[in-house]
Amino acid sequence: MTLRDYAIRYGFIVLLFGLIAYFAIAADGFVSPQSAVFIFQSVAITGVLALGVTATLVVGGFDLSIGSVATSAMMAAAYVMVVLEQNVVVAVVVCLLIGAIVGLINGWLIVYMRVPDLLATLGMMFLLVGLQRIPTEGRSIATGMTMPDGSVANGKFSDAFLALGRHRFDFFIPNLIPVSVVVLIVLAVLIWFFLEYTRFGRMMYAVGSNERAAELAGAPVKAYKIWAYVISGVFASIGGILLAARLGRGDIASGNNLLLDAVAAALIGYAVLGAAKPNAFGTAVGALFVGILLQGLTMMNAPYYTQDFVKGVVLVVALVFTFALSGRGRR
Amino acid sequence: MGNDAVFRVDGLRKSFGLIEVLGGVSIELHAGEITVLMGANGAGKSTLVKIISGVYDHAGGTMHLAGDNFAPNTPAEAIRAGVVTVHQNINDGVVADLDVATNLTLDRLSGKGAPLLFNPGRVRREARAVADRLGLAIDLRARVSDLSLADRQMVAIARAMAHQPKVLILDEPTSSLSSAEADRLFALLDRLREQGVAILYISHRMSDIRRLADRIVSMRDGVIAGVFDQKPLDYEGAVNAMLGRKIHLDRIEVRNAAKPILTIDALRIAPGARPLSLTLGDGEVVAVTGLVGVGKTALAETLFGLRKPLSGTMHLNGRPYAPASTGEAIAAGVFLVAKDRGENGIVGGFNIQENISLPFHKRMSRFAVLKRGLERTTARRQIDELGIVCRSEKDEMPTLSGGNQQKVMVARWMAQDARLFILDEPFQGVDISARRDIAAKLRASANGRATLLFVTELDEALETADRILVMSEQTIVGEHRNTDVDLDRLLAEVAGGPLHSAA
Repeated sequence: MTLRDYAIRYGFIVLLFGLIAYFAIAADGFVSPQSAVFIFQSVAITGVLALGVTATLVVGGFDLSIGSVATSAMMAAAYVMVVLEQNVVVAVVVCLLIGAIVGLINGWLIVYMRVPDLLATLGMMFLLVGLQRIPTEGRSIATGMTMPDGSVANGKFSDAFLALGRHRFDFFIPNLIPVSVVVLIVLAVLIWFFLEYTRFGRMMYAVGSNERAAELAGAPVKAYKIWAYVISGVFASIGGILLAARLGRGDIASGNNLLLDAVAAALIGYAVLGAAKPNAFGTAVGALFVGILLQGLTMMNAPYYTQDFVKGVVLVVALVFTFALSGRGRR
Repeated sequence: MGNDAVFRVDGLRKSFGLIEVLGGVSIELHAGEITVLMGANGAGKSTLVKIISGVYDHAGGTMHLAGDNFAPNTPAEAIRAGVVTVHQNINDGVVADLDVATNLTLDRLSGKGAPLLFNPGRVRREARAVADRLGLAIDLRARVSDLSLADRQMVAIARAMAHQPKVLILDEPTSSLSSAEADRLFALLDRLREQGVAILYISHRMSDIRRLADRIVSMRDGVIAGVFDQKPLDYEGAVNAMLGRKIHLDRIEVRNAAKPILTIDALRIAPGARPLSLTLGDGEVVAVTGLVGVGKTALAETLFGLRKPLSGTMHLNGRPYAPASTGEAIAAGVFLVAKDRGENGIVGGFNIQENISLPFHKRMSRFAVLKRGLERTTARRQIDELGIVCRSEKDEMPTLSGGNQQKVMVARWMAQDARLFILDEPFQGVDISARRDIAAKLRASANGRATLLFVTELDEALETADRILVMSEQTIVGEHRNTDVDLDRLLAEVAGGPLHSAA
């Protein structure tokens, strides 16, 4: 391996550790369990969405609807518990169903209606952003709200559901790790194992790299593509559940940044270990990278409004790593 | 013919890297004549066309247009000089989202002297003039994307003719047209011929060639293998010059088939085609030969579950066989090494090992988890078996030569035992030693399955097969046992016409 190969392979990891080392010296209290947990927590929801969109990237697609699936799931969870006065299980099941159904529709549009992936999921994004406001005529959902017909919604978020956002597990230190971080880690390991070690994951990569070759090798290409969007939709709805549990209400204005942050994490993941392709490990590292950078900058008193700019810079640098330096970006 | 050639190419040479693609090609085109250029894949036709049309530059030789030196640096220069090319891909010649009138005058929208503002009225007037000159009966306001392929082709040619060229080059213009559509194209070409245009027509379709050709030039391996301009034209001679035997081959030991594995009864693969029947036996290697576009790939795809036959039945191992998908075909033991490995075979993001295991993931995994050890040992075994030259089974595909890439494709499908092993153009873009290796491996391992090859080059059939079938016009027209093949009869069948001499 030449120096250039090493740079491509380990450049981003070195950058990550360099960043940690810098913040450790420059920012007081950066190296502490609480700080680490805070970073994980800040990226948990976008991380879950990013892992889902990674599945669609693997089959050569893209899913722009993940952000709106997450917010739709959040609104649905609030509606089910507050207005329909159902329990936690019903709320979670409804959310997951929404994710799966949206994924199926996305897949159907792309595979059978031949709508290009970006356009199909863009359309679905608009549709969901609008749809989630219809049941409450555009209002956020919280206990005691007045419904369009004048009645008052008396249901409330169940404690079990709120625990998904607020409970913390003991880990050496009492009350350290939030549920959302555990969910992120479990899903990351699951999707990583699925993509890297199962025959389904392998064939998804084949579909993404050469669809025709995969079909001629006997793979049901259409089914694989649709499944990728279902995975993406379900992961996004899990993100939505975590969001609802954290907020404790169905907030119409939240979740605006989810799509961009998640896509950025997945694309940054291309550069990790010189993979030059979508991969679950890279996505997780990409999400962490953004989280560490923002946490460090915040602790050094960088103003909040520089955050998007910093994320953008990281994304562009990562894309240059992937496409220009490795020379494997011929997709 | 004397010095009245409008366009003349002398000793044209071109190499890509170390590979010489054109080794001194000379060709003449005459006004009011259609010269047909024939050649198998890789003969150098496309390279020749691209040099003439200014896409590539040439390394040696000269070109003259109407007595003047002609050496275009860009396609635009060639067009301005009066040499216009309509490329094979119809959609390259038209802009689908614009209307017919704008397409016909597209080249006047830019360049010197083009007006700043777009004037729809003027465009329509100019387009009308172009269309009338060619007798084109197409609504000028229609969007090109709403037209049939044939109409698009007409628009592309009319657009080319708007330059009033002296030389028109058509690269396989009928490859995606039906025969009725092709007839309209031929009428247009007759009209152009009367107007004194010199036409170079590249095609594999014998029916086109019989209909149009005033002269035939056969190309083979980068040189002109024969020029035929004596009436009546010697079509078989032209096919022979393009495909015939060039090297003395080692005799192969021809075997007889044991019990039948695949039987096909009255299968029709294209509308209007005569039904075809055949039987393939255990242990035999059968080659199907014929020109490009006669239905070889269609037959391969029908056997592999990629397309449905119009009628007829197939039996595999005595049981009815009608695969609805490639997955079903593979499960039944029918494997296909598809032609054009870059497009249909190689997964670019995968290394050798992952490419080899691709179709057999299910058999190589437990509870859906791939057994990587088994995958690796299988890849290593196959690399040994076929003599793939690589550093390890982890090598990326682009680092391999064309021959070794093809060996990986063959190795992929030989990793498991097939009942029917189909290879479509397995020797395309493969060097001679890799070709020998693959052929020897196919013959050595032939027992226990039927092997079916689809090849355009006769040599490839003669050096690998026990039996040779000839396809023409979507059906099988001849059968030869590969012991003392009657080459004259075989070539006549390939050329698709009645036998001239009872040889």
